Amino acid sequence: MRLVGSEILMECLLEQGVDVVFGYPGGTILNVYDSLVKYKGRINHYLTAHEQGASHAADGYARSTGKVGVVFATSGPGATNLTTGVATAYMDSSPVVFISCNVAENLIGKDSFQEVDSTGVMLPITKCNFQITDVDKLASTVRKAFAIARSGRPGPVFIDILKNVTAEEAEYEFVPREQHKEKGLLKAIYERDMPDIQKPAVDEEDIDKLVSMIKESEKPLLICGGGVVRGRAHEEFNQFANLIDSPTAVTVMGGGGMNGRNPLVTGMIGMHGSQASNIAVNECDILIAVGCRFSDRVATEPETFASQAKIVHIDIDRSEINKNVRTDHHIVGDAKEVLRLLIERLDQQDHSEWKKFVFSYPTETKYDEGGETLNPKQLCDTIARLMPMDTIVSTDVGQHQMWAIQHFHFDYPGQLITSGGFGTMGFGLGAAIGSQIGNPDKSVILVAGDGSFRMNCHELTTVQYYDLPIIIFVFNNQTLGMVRQWQNLIYHKNFSQSDMDRGPDFVKLADAYGLKGYRVNNQKDLEAAIEEAKASGKGCVIDCILDIDEMVRPMVGGGSHITDFMRI
Amino acid sequence: MEKMTNAKRQTLALLVDNEPGVLSQIARLFSRKGYNIEAFAAGATENPGVTRITIDVLADDPHTELLCNQLRKLYPVYSVKWLNSENSIYRELMLIKVLAEGGEQRNDVMQLANIFRAQIIDVSSTTLTLVVTGDDDKLTGMANILSEFKILEIARTGVVAIERGIATINDESKERGEFNYGKNVL
Ligand SMILES: Cc1ncc(C[n+]2csc(CCOP(=O)(O)OP(=O)(O)O)c2C)c(N)n1
Repeated sequence: MRLVGSEILMECLLEQGVDVVFGYPGGTILNVYDSLVKYKGRINHYLTAHEQGASHAADGYARSTGKVGVVFATSGPGATNLTTGVATAYMDSSPVVFISCNVAENLIGKDSFQEVDSTGVMLPITKCNFQITDVDKLASTVRKAFAIARSGRPGPVFIDILKNVTAEEAEYEFVPREQHKEKGLLKAIYERDMPDIQKPAVDEEDIDKLVSMIKESEKPLLICGGGVVRGRAHEEFNQFANLIDSPTAVTVMGGGGMNGRNPLVTGMIGMHGSQASNIAVNECDILIAVGCRFSDRVATEPETFASQAKIVHIDIDRSEINKNVRTDHHIVGDAKEVLRLLIERLDQQDHSEWKKFVFSYPTETKYDEGGETLNPKQLCDTIARLMPMDTIVSTDVGQHQMWAIQHFHFDYPGQLITSGGFGTMGFGLGAAIGSQIGNPDKSVILVAGDGSFRMNCHELTTVQYYDLPIIIFVFNNQTLGMVRQWQNLIYHKNFSQSDMDRGPDFVKLADAYGLKGYRVNNQKDLEAAIEEAKASGKGCVIDCILDIDEMVRPMVGGGSHITDFMRI
Repeated sequence: MEKMTNAKRQTLALLVDNEPGVLSQIARLFSRKGYNIEAFAAGATENPGVTRITIDVLADDPHTELLCNQLRKLYPVYSVKWLNSENSIYRELMLIKVLAEGGEQRNDVMQLANIFRAQIIDVSSTTLTLVVTGDDDKLTGMANILSEFKILEIARTGVVAIERGIATINDESKERGEFNYGKNVL
């Protein structure tokens, strides 16, 4: 069948089972937007207020559903507006295919209107990227892009299509994704003219070695990382932890990889890790990290991290092994598969003594009860109590993010949507929008800071227009809290440029966007607002007033020993 | 990047996709991670879709290993070999143009050329141009000696290298399998 490029693109999306696209139109991508009309009902396009919002929405969609997110943007500023979202997806290994169009072939290289070297810009922040200059290669490249985005360690892939390509005709045959491999359409990836590219099995000897290390261990500790979430290996991981009877620390990206209510959970680990987690790291005799990359926020001081332990690293990406900490043993493989093999070979262990020691330290931070104002834990606990158990929680970046991760319990992959690696303020609202669109039957909330919310609050228009029942909690401490905390502890209380002593009034802002706004500063009003919001079934903003000097506790300074807790 | 105390010249051989943008992606990775490329040579291989790149970089051993790992992760990279000077052969080609006006000067240049097994490939009334191949030491040595004449121009290809004996960049290893694992589809 002969189709024009923009139609081939639509068909390729259908091949992949894509029915949701986020984006924003502009000159070079207009052929594609023209075809969208023809595919109405099969491909639903969500128009955001800003390309950055679209990028975070697709990312949130991908993280919460496990499917590949898709974004459309125009050339020049359209493409560059995506970059923060692309980098955010890259750092957190989220599979998103970003598609932009560039100026037509005859205008390339002439600094034409809205021309930018988009693939050059995206180079360091994508898993792979392509420029399509020939309509005959359009379908094969799109197929390859999707395969790469979701394979191995997932990640963003960027495709730049020249405008003329979207209007040119080519022969096209629809082939559903499941048949791409057998029909030889991914040959370029599978065979690559190299003998050894086929997926090797996980090395059984490596597995056996780990099994005997586990059996010898008296003080094991597990780390649940983002790889467990991306690999949807939570059931296996829980089973594994239960079998070893091992205390388990959870990284920011690992939230939902381990059942948050499992009594083995020691809480978060690292800079804002619980005492139980961080002390266990220091005392354990074997540390098994699954799908975690020992970032500087986890291994605050790599040389002394888990110094008494044999460190075992299980990861799908070989380049993570020995990158940040030196390991004693590693297994390269998909978390689900590796854990399954381990479970088969292990019998029930018992580490009561060691657990007694670890859990003699707190797994969660305590706050004074019964104060006049809301405290962060009270706020999180109340939200958690009144919202359904499986509510998806999207966050922005700062103190509120840490509080949310410390105090909510996440039970399944995709329940916590947060920018862990890149720490992108303004991520949360877009991500919540994508999560709600991907999960229409679930409740979705956003936990935002007042600073972060200001960054992209224009996406309220998207919430309103598409009638998304997202409840937005602004943890409003009238400051860039995390910055203030550092200034408080490290910069001698020199609160430079961190006060948010200015508008807008978030209740009025919500109103301007056609959404209901509430302001609450005590338990009773908070509960009433949540109940009303739930009952309304509409999106809304609940502006929750917190004390300006609340801190995230505990805290270990960057570069310090993991048990070197600051006095706060 | 942290300071490296034991940095030395290391040679890496890569097989990569022969596609636009790949060379810049490789080169970018070095600068992004804070390394300066000392030499870079790229050319065709026995396989039409595949380019071989040889890169010399100043780094200590642990950082070189990290760098290899980051390179292996790149999608268009098939294979990376960190070459060991004991069992590899290194060659580079240099063109060097010197000013040699009088008969005496010409004779001296030609004699030196002989010693280095260089050939004279261009002659004009005032210049001689030589071509020489060898490893870095030989080429640098010859350039140093010729500098007693006036050197007008030097062009070097950058080093290429290959292992001795049956070993090749395509050899299977467990590590190589592990790196490819993550690149596989579904
Ligand atoms: C885009 C971006 N700019 C700057 C920062 C640096 N930063 C990290 S946390 C933070 C403060 C966040 O303030 P707010 O959103 O109000 O949250 P709070 O810490 O008060 O809970 C800042 C400025 C960042 N992470 N992202």
